[in-house]
Amino acid sequence: MRYSGLRILAEGVTGNRGWRPVWRDPEPKPAYDIVIIGGGGHGLATAFYLAREHGLTNVAVLEKGYLGGGNVGRNTTIVRANYFLPGNSEFYSHSLKLWEGLEAELNYNVMHSQRGLINLFHSDGQRDAFVRRGNAMAIQGDDAILLDRDGVRRHLPYLDFDNPRFPVHGGLLHPRGGTARHDAVAWGYARGADARGVDLIQNCEVTGIDIENGRVTGVRTTRGAIMAKKVGIVVAGRSGQVAAMAGMRLPIESHILQAFVTEGLKPMIDHVVSFGMGHFYISQSDKGGLVFGGDLDFYASYAARGNLPMKEHVMEAAMTLMPAIGKAKVLRSWGGIMDMTPDGSPIIDRSPVEGLYLNCGWCYGGFKAVPGSGYAFAHLLALDRPHETAARFRLDRFRTGRGLMDEEGTGSQHNLH
Amino acid sequence: MRLTCPHCGVRDAREFTYRGHAIALDRPAPDAGESAWDDYLHNRENPAGWTEDLWYHTPCRTWLVAERNTVTHAIRATRAASERPS
Amino acid sequence: MRVDGYGQIDRDREIGFSFDGAWLKGHPGDTLASALMANGVRLLGRSFKYHRPRGVLTAGSEEPNALVTIGRGAGQTPNVRATVQELYEGLEARPQNALPALRHDLLAVNDLFAPFFGAGFYYKTFMWPRAFWERVYEPVIRRAAGLGALSGTADSARNERAWAHCDLLVIGSGPAGLMAALTAGRAGADVILAEEGSRAGGRLLAEAEEVGGMPALRWIGSVLEELWSLPNVRIMERTSVTGAYDQGTWGALERVALDRRDPGLRPLECFWRIVAKRAVLATGALERPIAFRDNDRPGILMAGAARAYLHRWGTVPGRRVAVFGNNDDAHRTARDLAAAGVSVTAVIDSRKGVDLKGDFPVFAGATVTGTAGRHGLRSITVDEGGKRHRIETDALAVSGGWNPSVHLACHMGARPVWREEIAGFVPPEDSVPGLIPCGAANGVFSTAACLADGHRAAALALEALGKPALKPELPDASDDPYRIGALYHVPDKGRAWLDFQNDVTVKDVKLAAQENFRSVEHMKRYTTQGMATDQGKSSNVAALAVLAEATGRTIPETGTTTFRPPYVPVSVAAMGAGARGKGFAPERFTTSHAASVERGAPMIEAGLWYRPSCFPRPGETTWRQSCDREVRMVREAVGICDVSTLGKIDIQGPDAAAFLDFVYTNSFSTLREGRVRYGLMLREDGFVMDDGTTARLGPSHYLMTTTTAAAGPVMAHLDFVLQALRPDWDVRIASVTEQWAQFAIAGPAARRLVNAVLDEAIDDAGFPFMACGAVSVLGQPARLFRISFSGEHAYELAVPARFGDALYRLLVSQAEALGGGAYGLEALNVLRIEKGHITHAEIHGRTTAFDIGMERMVSAKKDCIGKSAAARPGLTDPDRERMVGLRPVGAVKQLTAGAHLFAEGAEITPGNDQGYITSVAYSPTLGSYLALGFLKRGPERIGERVRMVDRMRDVEALCEVTAPCAFDPEGERLRG
Repeated sequence: MRYSGLRILAEGVTGNRGWRPVWRDPEPKPAYDIVIIGGGGHGLATAFYLAREHGLTNVAVLEKGYLGGGNVGRNTTIVRANYFLPGNSEFYSHSLKLWEGLEAELNYNVMHSQRGLINLFHSDGQRDAFVRRGNAMAIQGDDAILLDRDGVRRHLPYLDFDNPRFPVHGGLLHPRGGTARHDAVAWGYARGADARGVDLIQNCEVTGIDIENGRVTGVRTTRGAIMAKKVGIVVAGRSGQVAAMAGMRLPIESHILQAFVTEGLKPMIDHVVSFGMGHFYISQSDKGGLVFGGDLDFYASYAARGNLPMKEHVMEAAMTLMPAIGKAKVLRSWGGIMDMTPDGSPIIDRSPVEGLYLNCGWCYGGFKAVPGSGYAFAHLLALDRPHETAARFRLDRFRTGRGLMDEEGTGSQHNLH
Repeated sequence: MRLTCPHCGVRDAREFTYRGHAIALDRPAPDAGESAWDDYLHNRENPAGWTEDLWYHTPCRTWLVAERNTVTHAIRATRAASERPS
Repeated sequence: MRVDGYGQIDRDREIGFSFDGAWLKGHPGDTLASALMANGVRLLGRSFKYHRPRGVLTAGSEEPNALVTIGRGAGQTPNVRATVQELYEGLEARPQNALPALRHDLLAVNDLFAPFFGAGFYYKTFMWPRAFWERVYEPVIRRAAGLGALSGTADSARNERAWAHCDLLVIGSGPAGLMAALTAGRAGADVILAEEGSRAGGRLLAEAEEVGGMPALRWIGSVLEELWSLPNVRIMERTSVTGAYDQGTWGALERVALDRRDPGLRPLECFWRIVAKRAVLATGALERPIAFRDNDRPGILMAGAARAYLHRWGTVPGRRVAVFGNNDDAHRTARDLAAAGVSVTAVIDSRKGVDLKGDFPVFAGATVTGTAGRHGLRSITVDEGGKRHRIETDALAVSGGWNPSVHLACHMGARPVWREEIAGFVPPEDSVPGLIPCGAANGVFSTAACLADGHRAAALALEALGKPALKPELPDASDDPYRIGALYHVPDKGRAWLDFQNDVTVKDVKLAAQENFRSVEHMKRYTTQGMATDQGKSSNVAALAVLAEATGRTIPETGTTTFRPPYVPVSVAAMGAGARGKGFAPERFTTSHAASVERGAPMIEAGLWYRPSCFPRPGETTWRQSCDREVRMVREAVGICDVSTLGKIDIQGPDAAAFLDFVYTNSFSTLREGRVRYGLMLREDGFVMDDGTTARLGPSHYLMTTTTAAAGPVMAHLDFVLQALRPDWDVRIASVTEQWAQFAIAGPAARRLVNAVLDEAIDDAGFPFMACGAVSVLGQPARLFRISFSGEHAYELAVPARFGDALYRLLVSQAEALGGGAYGLEALNVLRIEKGHITHAEIHGRTTAFDIGMERMVSAKKDCIGKSAAARPGLTDPDRERMVGLRPVGAVKQLTAGAHLFAEGAEITPGNDQGYITSVAYSPTLGSYLALGFLKRGPERIGERVRMVDRMRDVEALCEVTAPCAFDPEGERLRG
């Protein structure tokens, strides 16, 4: 069923009775060519691109809860391509290009809004590091503009320029950075994959991975055993647990990241603003809520909820940077489970088990990666060789030290990225 | 969240700095080989449930090991990192 | 409309306030909502999507409709619930989300297009043409969306945060909470009783009941009197407990002075962290509406709220009030209103065979199927077994039953449990460790049962605390059973609202189910049900009942969405109190701060420290002029620089040498006493962590210095190594950064200056390069180190911090006498770049000893932290970007930090990227820009030309690759 303004008019005058299900609820078949474990953004995008790019539709996505119920439905919705290390740079650049065509590709309005992202800096050293980043972005073909203090003031007049603890010296503007409606991304990919014949199976938890002679043969689930020629694990914070079913230990520690939304307010913040000294980033949704977040809670956790110290720290950062939002009231806070790697960058690679593939380690930056990750993982699953934009996301880089992508420069401690 | 510092007693989590799994206590020998060091530095069991992890009580500078549940955040024991379990 | 003889307001005094430009009167004790109701104001706001007229629905913090903006200027506060806001003299409230006016809102046109604006319609359109989303559709949507507006100026109000600790936190002060507090208080436990409202008493304040043989109000008074008299009990009114956190930590928001026009020195709000050994959940229950056609008009409110307005505030929503319910509790509203002389136009009960007598018509087995009245209710339509009645009425009180307030019990992930007999969710067992639910929050509804349950909960908590409860003295109270026949919506073709604020109707939920958004989370996210400012407090249960029905499942099978903190909205200012401006992070000042400021030095942030950037002299108009002069001063005479911000760690013990050998790549056991050595420290993953000098002050006594930025992390790292890896070593370490003030004295005249302040002069033989030792300055013990970051003959002189200011002033004046003076961070940076010395611009966490040309400092003779991981093939690959110096050799003489490097003539592509520049300085010594940077195979390419490209600053320059050290590479000046 194709969506359009005309369709809305036609349905509106006939009582909206014609809207059909966005996806089927199929029973799992006994066997598939490819089984994707995890019906979050990355898994659904993988399924979509398997069908769309490679014509592979004998594919199932197994989701233990509801589609899009993980981090894709629980984030601050930021979409950007402002990385500077080889590997990340080309990957996110590609992902952003996919975002820019996503509505047309999916026939679904994911409300991708390129409202511009500004990273603030507060010292000469930070400025130079952002210049290095901006140059990497520009050389990659993406956009970055160095703003001085007055340049920032023109864009963000509501910041405290007079008396903050860390004065704003300037910022790096990424005009193509922005936000998208997170749930819609999951739903759009799910709808597109389903329409092309992929089975999306909800409430189906994988309980085991069958391996014979070093080769994967299928999975066991709460809805029975399913045979598969290839299996892709795309389960974010749960990667460690699912990989353990295949006898693997991953370079991943799961951590909490909290985020916050305020009551709806009339438009005030047009950009995505990021305040490095306070680990604080904020944007305003189309509904009017201020959506913001900060750093990890820092301790390993699967609880999907956080504690007060980081909540308060995030509010403190808001108050020193933009005291004009002091009277906004936080309505809801939530926590997601982040799959943190030792260099803060992801893994899209084969596993030591033949036919078993990994897509994990997105840390807390997985949302913007959804299109690029699905695209590259589909490529790897379909053709058994990495896509050029994700060739550096290797599992063995930690062992060898080759091609580490430590953007933060904080080293092998998982929670510091 | 509150943790028990072996010196100072129960304190709010904001006084502590987290490091990661207590595997960091078991430093391999220099010649243990690439995969032992890879496991030490990078690979994690990452359990959903009980774990042992390392915290630093910043005000008194004590490193401690907490037996903590990563699903419920319950903490059933803490000890100074300098005390090895017998 | 006020009702004589009712209410707990002070009718002898009047309060003037304004709403929507009209000046009105209320009384002390009123909320804004009750005062507006008394003034006959029914239209308070507009809904989010359809801009439908809305009035007051509830009498509490769960209010979805009556949101207003209060105050002006920096004090402007949007989205204030009129039902919570206490009235004060001069309060100025304005309606919001209406354009141009509340009664004539142009966006109400949206309502006409409702058939096209159903759930999730925006996902299906606005996609073409692509550029229109950011340029047309989204700006229009954004302007229309949102509720109130922020002022746009900084919030300057005072707020606070605080801690409280107790044995037992009692959340809620209704009959259950009061009884729990009383029981625990009498048993001697430290109790905090938190009450969200402005007065303790909870539901009892809103009913006409007797407790203990006296009017409930008197009973509350007697209990409070006793509680106030107990030193171990603290009553916190206006305090909403907002969240449950680990190990008995609770967040709570106190509205301290939000009821005042001028708070004076009092904070508006205080955010509390309450640490409680046990907690009692006595949060009561919230009444839920029934969805029926056009059930959202002003004048339609909750039946319990109608009683609250009558009994607590002496006001009623109209002269003629109808009641619609599915439970016996609704009958109380009819009886109480009738008793107060209000005309009860009808009581409609969806259950058959209802036993209710009164001076009003009763329709049993009937439902309300429609309403009329544009800006306020005028009439309702009742369906009684197919027979239609139109009833003129000003207000309709609705009760769909009561939802226990389980929210806090579910903040840690527990899911509530459905109880069919009360048609509601109750808290599960062991929801939050140490939390005991009781009373209506626990599904226990009669007053007598709540009193008993409150006692039971407190007794359980006391048992766990080891403080046995005294024998209960439970007062008599009403024990009417709670009978309900579940009814969530009245089937109808029209629109029946579930979520009033977000305009989610029964149709929307059904459409979600039709489109296979069957999961309760999908339904919520697709329709926005429960995502408004009330977070679905009154609407969620009915919505999931509708979803359950539409998908052929039971309510428990359908499940609930996740309960997340905060329970009520919390302002950013309250939770971030104290952080505005400089309050965000500590400020660290050196002992020379005042002297530097006196000399006009611009002070800049260096981590938490402030340091002088330069010391401008008359005639110097740019920092570069000052910097160039200061550099020349150091190279030609002598300069003074405060280096106290470097981390200083005192290390002592028999195993100190072994310890340093382990944490540094190079050897310190071989360092002689009285000597200093430069050390390189790695992280365990093999990358450079920090560098600095360490002095051996005695056989088992060292003093380590770290960089300013890494002082804290290095200290934690050293503690880790000692406590976690080598607890067998006998070493003690202490940070002495703040105990010593330390000044660099650098330049050809350094020794002259040093000898001018030392009690005993030194010479080169007795104090050669890299020597250290105890000295005496004006009779005070001090330490002298002959080390140099500038490349000049230099010393660092350290004195106890209390002498820092005096010594600094002395050194600077002496230096000035020698043709030198103070130099700041800018000159320090130029001097070190001329020498090719690294800072964290170079050791930025991704560089190895190999990268910075120090691979030979990693001793082959011993193990050290990071050595094994540094041997990984990827860390020693000759193709890595390695440190070099750069000098401009083309027409463009400027270099810029952050620029990338390319081979001369190569295309500017990511694949051709060869490296980047980390540090740049203009060297007045050499008359050229100099840079440090990292270049693939750098050291092999010295003499080559490379192209520097800075797209951010639009600079390109041709450079020659050089060794990092550009000035005095042999180090002759150090030793002179």
